[in-house]
Amino acid sequence: MRISGAQALIKSLENEGVEVMFGYPGGQIMPTYDVLFDSKMRHILTRHEQGAAHAADGYARATGKVGVCISTSGPGATNLVTGLATAGMDSSALVAITGQVATHVIGTDAFQEADTTGITLPVVKHNYLIKHPSEIAGVVQEAFLIASTGRRGAVLIDLPSDVQRAEFDYKKPERITKLPGYKPTTAGHSRQIKEAARRIIASKRPVIYAGGGVIAAEASRELRALARLLDIPVTTTLMAKGAFPETHRLSLGMLGMHGTSYANYVMMESDLIVAVGARFDDRITGRLDTFATHARKIHIDIDPAEIGKNVPVDVPIVGDAKKVLKDLIEVIKPLTGDSRKKDLAPWHRQISKWKKEYPLLVPGGDSLKPQYVVDQIYRVTKGDAVVVTDVGQHQMWAAQFYKTTRPRHFISSGGLGTMGFGLPASIGVKVGVPDARVVNIAGDGSVQMNSQELATAVLNEIPVVIAVINNGYLGMVRQWQELFFDKRYSHTHLRRGESPDFVKLAEAYGAIGDRVTDRSEVAPALERALAADRTALIDFIVEPEENVFPMVAPGASLDDMIGG
Amino acid sequence: MKHTLSVLVENKPGVLARVAGLFSRRGFNIDSLAVGVTERPEISRITVVVDVEEHSLEQVYKQLNKLINVIKVVDLPDDNSVQRELVLVKVKADPRSRAEIIEIADIFRGKIIDVGRGTITIEVTGTGSKLRAFEDLLKPYGIPEVVRTGVVALQRG
Repeated sequence: MRISGAQALIKSLENEGVEVMFGYPGGQIMPTYDVLFDSKMRHILTRHEQGAAHAADGYARATGKVGVCISTSGPGATNLVTGLATAGMDSSALVAITGQVATHVIGTDAFQEADTTGITLPVVKHNYLIKHPSEIAGVVQEAFLIASTGRRGAVLIDLPSDVQRAEFDYKKPERITKLPGYKPTTAGHSRQIKEAARRIIASKRPVIYAGGGVIAAEASRELRALARLLDIPVTTTLMAKGAFPETHRLSLGMLGMHGTSYANYVMMESDLIVAVGARFDDRITGRLDTFATHARKIHIDIDPAEIGKNVPVDVPIVGDAKKVLKDLIEVIKPLTGDSRKKDLAPWHRQISKWKKEYPLLVPGGDSLKPQYVVDQIYRVTKGDAVVVTDVGQHQMWAAQFYKTTRPRHFISSGGLGTMGFGLPASIGVKVGVPDARVVNIAGDGSVQMNSQELATAVLNEIPVVIAVINNGYLGMVRQWQELFFDKRYSHTHLRRGESPDFVKLAEAYGAIGDRVTDRSEVAPALERALAADRTALIDFIVEPEENVFPMVAPGASLDDMIGG
Repeated sequence: MKHTLSVLVENKPGVLARVAGLFSRRGFNIDSLAVGVTERPEISRITVVVDVEEHSLEQVYKQLNKLINVIKVVDLPDDNSVQRELVLVKVKADPRSRAEIIEIADIFRGKIIDVGRGTITIEVTGTGSKLRAFEDLLKPYGIPEVVRTGVVALQRG
């Protein structure tokens, strides 16, 4: 069968089960867009390529499927870079397709030419520059395989316009299941698993430290089973919020720089840390040489390079979190009885004491506090919404005060910390999970980085609620300036009240705009917005100089918390 | 400490950039790097000498293995591998010094591959220390140009 490269691409994407892609057309991707015009696949036109990448990422994180974005060459491709890096740092499965100038002009600085594979190389899991249409079907299969297996990540396919146009003899390729240089280890080493079981049973002060890998591996059930089996407390990273229900008695909430005091104390006083799908990032450990010095470490991760990278590990287990936890539970079960729970009683007494002494509380007072807004979002949505955040203070308050009980219900740019992620990502989330109530908790700084995507949400009838926690500052930077730079608020003041008027901005795009300045208005405004079933933005005018506490100062020991 | 790594990769465009980029991105220093096809044309071998501590070596090894086009990475310890490097040295030579220089080249089993009006170019292969010794001996005569291939190595046996 003779078809064009563009037809082969669309056919290959359909074969991968792609239902939707987010993109933006342009000169060098036009042959593909022409074929796409007749495809059953849904295409959502964003207003910026960065929005397309974040939307595809949000879709991937909410559904567990691969997110797909598409753009033209040159500026279209460079605009994707932040989105690719964001997905990569958080191990999110993304496939990006970019147009490229025709093969015979590559390297001549042609119009809208950029070295896309070169530019994206450091932030993708892998990328391809296709030179012949016969490669397309195989490369698309490889791209989806690589993006969605092992430690997930972003894969980019760069496709010159002449390759999209060229006709060739298409043959449906064999299913690719492995590559010569790519064999992720999924089953944990049985001797190490036995050793881990032995140490867990012997431990008097264990803690499970769970990361985003638990959600990626769909291992939440196994995590709960392990914690319950031996009554082990669980703390999660930002990426793992929802991997373990934060309302559970064994939950310690989030740990790290803005984690709960008790989670950090538990880590520091523990005699055994069971890290699952987490990477001992600097926001978690604080100062490395004082980090959890009494604790032995068991580290379960799909990526061998994470094990021993930051922290020396006593029992390394490379494998898929779900498989390894299952095996671990199998080994532990016959070895334990009720007596085990008694052993941990003193540990749990200590933890209860910490929880009582250092609780995470919504501050009172008459003024509108950002924590109160988040708490109200939690109450009004009954803890059931998918919360998508931007980056900064509001992100940490969302993490602290919106208790997440299910995986894939808290979506945030953790590793890269990308402002402007929230709105486009929440669009992707809502497209992937249309029945979910999606709330984008945003900052007044962050939301302006991709506010053009309001048009995407409105025109595609994607009813997300954008809760702007408006303190008139780049709040997290201002907080650091207050604490570490003598209150010299260098270029962090956003002059709230002068520009923009978020209500008018929302209305200009055809969304609902609302403003809340008083505590009593918070819940009613949220209820109205959620009931409207339209894209809605609420501008919450909060206390301008509220800080996120507790806080581990950069370079400080994890148990040395300001306001803890 | 110096380590010689033998990296088998798929012989595809851009693979060298992936490997070299990884080293700079992760802050590992490359002493030398040599690349060429193997007995199988679809596979190339990159021989890299890196100067890193044991902990970083493990990271180099693991990060290299994560590259999709990397098939295998082997650390080649000095005592269990043969390692060679080739150097071309252009040395200043006038009629009086020429005989001496040729004698030095002979001792190092070097080959004269070019003779100009005022210079001789000598080819020598060997290990790093031998090549350094050779260069040191020629320095007094004046060395306008030197080129080295970088180390290539194979496991013994």
